Amino acid sequence: MPGGIRTYLTKAERAADTAAARLLAAGTLLRRADTTPDLRAVYRDEEKVNDSPYRQRWAHDKVVRSTHGVNCTGSCSWKVYVKDGLITWETQQTDYPSVGPDRPEYEPRGCPRGAAFSWYTYSPTRVRYPHARGVLVEMYRDAKARLGDPVAAWAEITTDPDKRRRYQSARGQGGLVRVEWDEALEIAAAAHVHTLMTYGPDRIAGFSPIPAMSMASHAVGARFMSLIGAPMLSFYDWYADLPIASPQVFGDQTDVPESGDWWDAAYLMLWGSNVPVTRTPDAHWVTEARYRGQKVIVVSPDYSDATKFADEWLHPHPGTDGAVAVAMGHVILRECFVQRQVPYFTDYVKRFTDLPFLVSLEEQGGGGYLPGRFLTSADLGDQEELARWRPVLLHAATGRAVAPNGTLGDRWSARTGRWNLDLGTLDPELTLLAPGAASVEVLLPRFDEPDGVLRRGVPVRRVGDRLVTTVFDLLLAQYGVARPGLPGQWPAGYDDADAPGTPAWQERITSTPAAQVTRIAREFAATAEKTNGRAMIVMGAGTNHWFHSDTIYRSFLALLLLTGCQGVNGGGWAHYVGQEKVRPLAGWQQLSTAADWVRPSRQMAGTPYWYLHTDQWRYERFSAGALSSPTGPGRFAGRHTVDLVAQSARLGWMPSYPTFSANSLELGRRLRESGRDPSGWVADETAAGRLRFACEDPDAPENWPRVLTVWRANLIGSSAKGNEYFLRHLLGAPDNATAEEAPPQDRPREVAWREAPRGKLDLLLSLDFRMTSTTLFSDLVLPAATWYEKHDLSSTDLHPFVHAFTPAINPPWHARTDFEIFHALARKLSELAAGRLDVAYDLVATALQHDGPGEIAQPGGAVPDWRDTDIPPEPGRTMPAVALVERDYTAVADKLAAFGPLAEQQGMTVKGVTVRPGPEAAWLAARCGTAGDGPAKGRPLLDTDVKLCEAILALSGTTNGRIAAEGFDRLAERCGPASRLSDLGASLAGHRAVFSDTQDRPVPAGASFEWSGAEGHDRRYAPFTINTEHGKPWHTLTGRQHFYLDHDWIAELGEQLPVYRPPLDLGALGECLPGAPGEGKAVTVRYLTPHSKWSIHSEYQENLLMQTLARGGPVIWISVDDAAAIGVADNDWIEAVNANGVVVARAVVSHRMPPGTVFMYHVQERLVNVPKSQAAGRRGGVHNALTKLLIKPTHLIGGYGQLSFAPNYYGPTGNQRDAVTTIRRRSQEVSY
Amino acid sequence: MRPMAQIAMVMNLDKCIGCHTCSVTCKQTWTNRAGTEYVWFNNVETRPGQGYPRGWQDQDRWKGGWRLRNGRLVPRAGGRIRRLATLFANPEFPRLDDYYEPWTYDYDNLISAPLGDDVPTAPPRSLIDGEPTAVTWGPNWDDDLGGGPEQLAADVVLRKVSDTVRLDYERAFMFHLPRICEHCLNPSCVAACPSGAMYKRMEDGIVLVDQDRCRGWRMCVSGCPYKKVYFNHQTGKAEKCTFCYPRIEAGEPTVCSETCVGRLRYLGVMLYDADRVGEAAAVADEHDLYPAQLGCFLDPEDPEVIAAAEAAGIPHDWLESARRSPVYQLIARYRIALPLHPEYRTMPMVWYVPPLSPIVDALAHTGHDGEDAGNLFGAIDTLRIPVTYLAELFTAGDPAPVEAALRRLAAMRTHMRAINLGEEPDPAAAAEAGLDAAALERMYRLLSLAKYDERY
Repeated sequence: MPGGIRTYLTKAERAADTAAARLLAAGTLLRRADTTPDLRAVYRDEEKVNDSPYRQRWAHDKVVRSTHGVNCTGSCSWKVYVKDGLITWETQQTDYPSVGPDRPEYEPRGCPRGAAFSWYTYSPTRVRYPHARGVLVEMYRDAKARLGDPVAAWAEITTDPDKRRRYQSARGQGGLVRVEWDEALEIAAAAHVHTLMTYGPDRIAGFSPIPAMSMASHAVGARFMSLIGAPMLSFYDWYADLPIASPQVFGDQTDVPESGDWWDAAYLMLWGSNVPVTRTPDAHWVTEARYRGQKVIVVSPDYSDATKFADEWLHPHPGTDGAVAVAMGHVILRECFVQRQVPYFTDYVKRFTDLPFLVSLEEQGGGGYLPGRFLTSADLGDQEELARWRPVLLHAATGRAVAPNGTLGDRWSARTGRWNLDLGTLDPELTLLAPGAASVEVLLPRFDEPDGVLRRGVPVRRVGDRLVTTVFDLLLAQYGVARPGLPGQWPAGYDDADAPGTPAWQERITSTPAAQVTRIAREFAATAEKTNGRAMIVMGAGTNHWFHSDTIYRSFLALLLLTGCQGVNGGGWAHYVGQEKVRPLAGWQQLSTAADWVRPSRQMAGTPYWYLHTDQWRYERFSAGALSSPTGPGRFAGRHTVDLVAQSARLGWMPSYPTFSANSLELGRRLRESGRDPSGWVADETAAGRLRFACEDPDAPENWPRVLTVWRANLIGSSAKGNEYFLRHLLGAPDNATAEEAPPQDRPREVAWREAPRGKLDLLLSLDFRMTSTTLFSDLVLPAATWYEKHDLSSTDLHPFVHAFTPAINPPWHARTDFEIFHALARKLSELAAGRLDVAYDLVATALQHDGPGEIAQPGGAVPDWRDTDIPPEPGRTMPAVALVERDYTAVADKLAAFGPLAEQQGMTVKGVTVRPGPEAAWLAARCGTAGDGPAKGRPLLDTDVKLCEAILALSGTTNGRIAAEGFDRLAERCGPASRLSDLGASLAGHRAVFSDTQDRPVPAGASFEWSGAEGHDRRYAPFTINTEHGKPWHTLTGRQHFYLDHDWIAELGEQLPVYRPPLDLGALGECLPGAPGEGKAVTVRYLTPHSKWSIHSEYQENLLMQTLARGGPVIWISVDDAAAIGVADNDWIEAVNANGVVVARAVVSHRMPPGTVFMYHVQERLVNVPKSQAAGRRGGVHNALTKLLIKPTHLIGGYGQLSFAPNYYGPTGNQRDAVTTIRRRSQEVSY
Repeated sequence: MRPMAQIAMVMNLDKCIGCHTCSVTCKQTWTNRAGTEYVWFNNVETRPGQGYPRGWQDQDRWKGGWRLRNGRLVPRAGGRIRRLATLFANPEFPRLDDYYEPWTYDYDNLISAPLGDDVPTAPPRSLIDGEPTAVTWGPNWDDDLGGGPEQLAADVVLRKVSDTVRLDYERAFMFHLPRICEHCLNPSCVAACPSGAMYKRMEDGIVLVDQDRCRGWRMCVSGCPYKKVYFNHQTGKAEKCTFCYPRIEAGEPTVCSETCVGRLRYLGVMLYDADRVGEAAAVADEHDLYPAQLGCFLDPEDPEVIAAAEAAGIPHDWLESARRSPVYQLIARYRIALPLHPEYRTMPMVWYVPPLSPIVDALAHTGHDGEDAGNLFGAIDTLRIPVTYLAELFTAGDPAPVEAALRRLAAMRTHMRAINLGEEPDPAAAAEAGLDAAALERMYRLLSLAKYDERY
């Protein structure tokens, strides 16, 4: 053992302290030893010391690779330490493959939340056994004993109003009791079977978000749902994390650079994204790129964690960021497109954006014109079938309007090889402005003033019978960039504060200095010009969670498109808000939708589902017309948003489950008996009024959702916007909302109004390893394995690797993996189905799908409503597509555990590209074995989580180069040989990762047709580089990135172009009204719910380590001024109250906060330290207690190019940023 | 000359994102057990802020470290008699309140609450006495400027620089300061221990508590000016950061270093002349303490040093490590790392690169181009983070070394920006910072690429 240096007192001091020294002489001072000359230190090596406690503490038996499968996008690989069979702690893995010698690496990845995870393994909040609601289980046992049948017992309890009321009103009020697995599974299976028989499969639903973080755990449950015909609910749009601007502009859900590509940026704006807190493992790239000379701008209303490594901090008022971006766009358009032309920018926008495309102008009374639809070949007299899907532009050399290659018509035409961005000799004309050009005034909305309309001139020309201009000319008008010779109202200069678009105008709105915005716009563009597009904007929830986030984002994206930054390494948008990336997409998608056995699956947009079924629409008193542009024709006037939801469903835009107001198995039976084809039968039944849509009468008992299973999620505590309405209407539990229902004159006209139901769900089933707000309200809680107790796969868009979960220990107590639980449930369900359901026929309606023929269903962006018109209802055209699906309910378990034949027979289609995994099916049979007999006889087994992981990897292009190569070959056929996409595919063909590879070390994903960017060992992933480098079109109407959207509903809101829309004035809309007046001083403030440093969504917020580093319970961050106004000191208890509910929290007073805005960090639940509210007398609510769902009508559009549904791709966002609340200091005496 | 080797650490505060991962991994590994609930060997403080334990830098109150008496070093806590006299009622011993009273929650309530009339919650409960409690202070109470001007004004350093005016929204500043034991060359905790239980290991300089000899006098707790020795109230013995010696001995970095997701921690061997330490710690002018400590370090490339070190029995691989020590580069070659509170005269061995940012902001309002090299240099004294504040932390109040370090960082950025944009770097920028282009690029490699095997 080593000795040590003992530092003792100086000689002088020793002399002075002789008396004391004598006392201690025995052990220390007078020993002969080696010393320093000044006698300061003594060196000893003869003494033994005891340092073994720390050696023993450090000793461990093994280290296992795993990660965290929560809805976090980190996808960090961790070492889990095990000692004596117990998990002790975790540290990060550091063995990521190198991303290059000239850049930093991805090691280590992880954050304090992840490092605190092992606390859950043995925590007192661990769910150790199955639990059930006591009153329910008593009634169930009683009924079963009497009736002798589980399904009959369930039927009795749920149909007896008193019994139903008893257990529903007990939800969330304690009273859970331990039950055994057999009984828990029997109750769950009985509930499913009863619901299938009585109401239909689409009255069941599954909710489990963010599959990338634990693909197998997600897929096994989703596969179960798909096999029984239950819809899976989307999450990305529901979380408001989906940037609707992405499908609108790119025709892509979200595709963003890996964080290693931030390094490539020469100019970086962190806009509403608090990277150190929300992207902790990636934040180092920003600090390191700064040393490479990157300039960093942070835009954030508070002095956020990100701000401290910014070169400049802009702090516009919350929600006004769009005005900053519009003003930057104004500067860039003026200085880089009008005053001079930057060749790189001009070339880029001509090839890769819709700016040169022609738009018809429609004359209005009063002499102005409105921007109308894209001019298409059909308008030029082209009779070809898809002519209406070929927008045109002007060829500069000839002055003729022509449709270039690459439009949506080329994507779906029988003639292949033209879907590309090869312009050949075509030179698109960007502007029609020329000497002697005609011009007209267009009417453009401004939303910063009531009823604001601008008249600004654009150059025009007549093509056929249409007066047209270019998107570029309209954009200059919208942004207020004057050019000589054009009529209308134009800004006098940058300092004209009255004219929308100018830097001075934005300063008035945002408070950000005009000079600063002007300078940053110049720097941004200058950097992009010098570097060919290496300027990047990292965007976050701070700018994305708003009602009008699509307009905010489109104004950001405009900056990137104008400067040629998109599709370039180191440039473009970097949206990090709940985004995630299942890199092995094709395999996961195939297996999770059970498309290998049955097609199509039911996929539901989350927001309209909850909006309808939690009855939040009943409290909405404004007409959708309140959102219309003053230039709009008034399509929404007097219509309630729920009417628009119903219209969207019947037009096939958004999916809607339950679909019909009858059991779809019953409809299937009738259809089958009719012997007719599903479309014709449905069209006729609908036309005859015999087939009705459930969403038109959502409160009728036959149209309620009945069984909901939540796993890998905490719906009630986390994402449930309008939380109190969930409790009241969906669950039938007590709540704290005080809002009143809309008065009769403000109610919907097309959707039926009934007495409000309380308690729609028969069963809320949750799988979790810890108690959450969801488990507290669940009827059945099944104990799930933690992330350290199972096999699974993880990937993200923030790094390019796929890596494994491996169990460090077996699930303790009675816990089981999600995989085992769903298989057990499937077995029980299959057993109970025998003799009850057997083989049934299911009429499945699906929305018109993006990346499929559904996206060319409704040309021109019109609203072909067949209700009360002479337009015929036609499934797949003016209605949802329909199909008849055979379901053998006795075979669900067998099919769940085997790979079905349809993938080989019909192919796997991802984003419009179909590949056939014949070799992979054979490989899986060899690797996994095959089913011996039964319905899956001979098929490859997927009966363990490892095999499911193997299948995901084998069936995906990113992890199986053969699949990638085949996909690129198919794409090359569509795009033409000049695209060189086959060459790209061939270069990838040898890439292959199997599950054990991902257990050894994170494995890099390969480029694939599943994604839009090229990647490899020598380059970082950046989206759309395949588009820019291979001339592959974007999945949009023009095949280019869109500034302009021409759908009728978009025009109604006046949002054809990027435009500034302020946060909603909720007071004026009658929304978010203050709660009952209370005692004492109050402030009314904007209520923001950004992500916390101490939790990842719902997880970790009750973790003792995190609470210790935070403030020990729910807090609201409040400015010094606001705190002073209501007499609040730091750590005082306060209450935030509005009509939607009540939050009780402590105040964190900080000068970091701007006055007028408070932060209630996301998902501070009721779990820890939440007292009873003074205002309501009941437990304070979760962060979403003060929010309520509001749907933006344009998010409901479908059947039109990129504005078409796909799960988590297009759909209304569950936005919540526009909320306001009243805050008071409450009594400091609290009770629990 | 008595060459000795020490494992030392440098933390680049410019890269610290204040995520506290280091705190959590350290706590999980070492102190999540009975008696050490309140103990964080590694903690991260938001600056400005009071820190943990609160106000630890106030040596007028805590009397940690050394002071000069008639030109000689004496413990600030006073002589041995005074310390023995106060053995049982040590006025300089922080109370639990100064750390915080650790708590847990009645978590079980979430599962076992009987059917009632409201949603179950888990109220807080003290981990000290098991009674219901209210959470009124924690180990990280000031995180991200929480508490506002009223509380942050109690920041000891801020009081010294009288810069409370910066506690407003428009001029807000903050950075994070991760802290572990300094493993000092002249440790006052070791000197304070009446039992001889504390020692500094000869082979690597790690300061430890011998768990057998410790009698729980707690003089080390008050003697340490960084308040990085803690009292385990279950075992009755002192505990402190061990520099993860079981890992260091196995050639692995400390837990806090390896798990630092900001990649800002560097570990390496420093050679120093033990015979010079006493003198260096006793220089009269506090501003001279930093250069004096630099003067203790030995150049690992110097043949004389190598010979003496070999003669002193320092193994060859340690000398090799010293030659490629990133810590030595940052401290002695580029001089961008600085000691924390050299005025405590303990000769700390965990050093810090001061935070650079945000730099251009102050210029924005003047309309200047912040990227212009001249402005970058000129802007050092208009940083959001006041140089005077940093100087009070790192150089006993002398702004010159802090400014010099910041200039080198700024010069590196300017130089690399030119390369990034494909332009010719201006050699004047490097020269003005006292380095040449090649040195800036090596520094960039170490700070920016920061590969695993070059950090440790």
